[in-house]
Amino acid sequence: MYRWFHQLGSPPTFYKWSGQWLPWLTFVCITLFVVGLYGGLVYAPADYLQKDSFRIIYVHVPAAWMSMFVYVVMAFSGAIALIWHIKLSEIMMLSSASIGASFTFIALITGSIWGKPTWGTWWEWGDARLLSELLLLFLYIGIIGLYSAIEDKRKAAEAVSILALVGIVNIPIIHYSVIFLNTLHQGPTVSKFDSPSIETSMLIPLLIMALAFKLFYIIVLLMRSRNELLWRERRSQWVRNIIKGTGNV
Amino acid sequence: MHPARARRLKLVVIMLIGVFIAGGFAFLAFKENLMLYFTPSEVAAGKAPTGQRFNIGGMVVDGSVIKSSQSVDVQFDVTDYDKTIRIKFADILPDLFREGQAIIAKGKLNTEGVFIADEVLAKHDETYMPKEVADSLKHKNKPGYDKTKPSPSPSPSPSP
Repeated sequence: MYRWFHQLGSPPTFYKWSGQWLPWLTFVCITLFVVGLYGGLVYAPADYLQKDSFRIIYVHVPAAWMSMFVYVVMAFSGAIALIWHIKLSEIMMLSSASIGASFTFIALITGSIWGKPTWGTWWEWGDARLLSELLLLFLYIGIIGLYSAIEDKRKAAEAVSILALVGIVNIPIIHYSVIFLNTLHQGPTVSKFDSPSIETSMLIPLLIMALAFKLFYIIVLLMRSRNELLWRERRSQWVRNIIKGTGNV
Repeated sequence: MHPARARRLKLVVIMLIGVFIAGGFAFLAFKENLMLYFTPSEVAAGKAPTGQRFNIGGMVVDGSVIKSSQSVDVQFDVTDYDKTIRIKFADILPDLFREGQAIIAKGKLNTEGVFIADEVLAKHDETYMPKEVADSLKHKNKPGYDKTKPSPSPSPSPSP
């Protein structure tokens, strides 16, 4: 088991299996996006109160979920990189940062666009959910910045891992801010112990979109990691073999 | 496990525990300041700042909305099912504003205990449903009431 795990994480093996998986993942992801968007924009009925403007949920909520999920993955890879010094997990951590930042940005922007017609304001500075999500964006940007600022990339990954691990305290704050505090943002609709407060016909497209977003993350993560890996290992034999097109990886 | 790795693992775990304890204390300490609004009960108990702008949040009481025929002036009551406060507002209300809707108003209390708002935001709740379901639910209880708020008295509102 450990041996298998170790092999999977070795750069040439990772490069090989990720290359084989990518086309399939892409196919499934596109299918899920098409089905999910059709379900969300056409099949799902309009909300009784918000009418059609509620449909932004199909982008906003998956993006917001992913902004937190990616952070946890990133911090977890950071911990692995710190403890075991596995190069691949350093790369995964770094590749996750900019994807997570993009998801956070999408969640903030779509939330703002929805907030204007629903709440009557683009942004509310006193709202703990909005602020903690904005803090998450700054954490991501800080991580990207810190990594770029340190010349020695192994050292940079170490510093970034620690920052990512410290910042993980923000994740429960984002989730529980709407439960323990008075906020403008509503409480959780789906991720709670009670049954979801959303009609099944509206919920199913949301879950499909959430899955599509997750796959999208995995695909982009693999692609970015492959690029970064090639660059870091550019002097090694297996990369030279790929470039020459001679050896099989 | 390699002793060096075991040591690093221990350090990471200790760091995480430390960070979460610190985060928990910070959250508890800032909790009061992170509240976006005061409930009518808190205002009645004198917790809200006097002579200063603050936010008030609650449900718009059924049948309390009085709109002026000449201007956009509007007056309504908000409640947390315990205390009720009257709000006056002279601007355009958000689309979602209606009776039974949770709102947040920003402004000041005047000397008569009436809240003069300069901004009103509608707080959407976490329920999503098609119109047909909402209509059929109306006969039982009105949708849109925030169920997380304490002790909603049995709604006396007659169904239309």
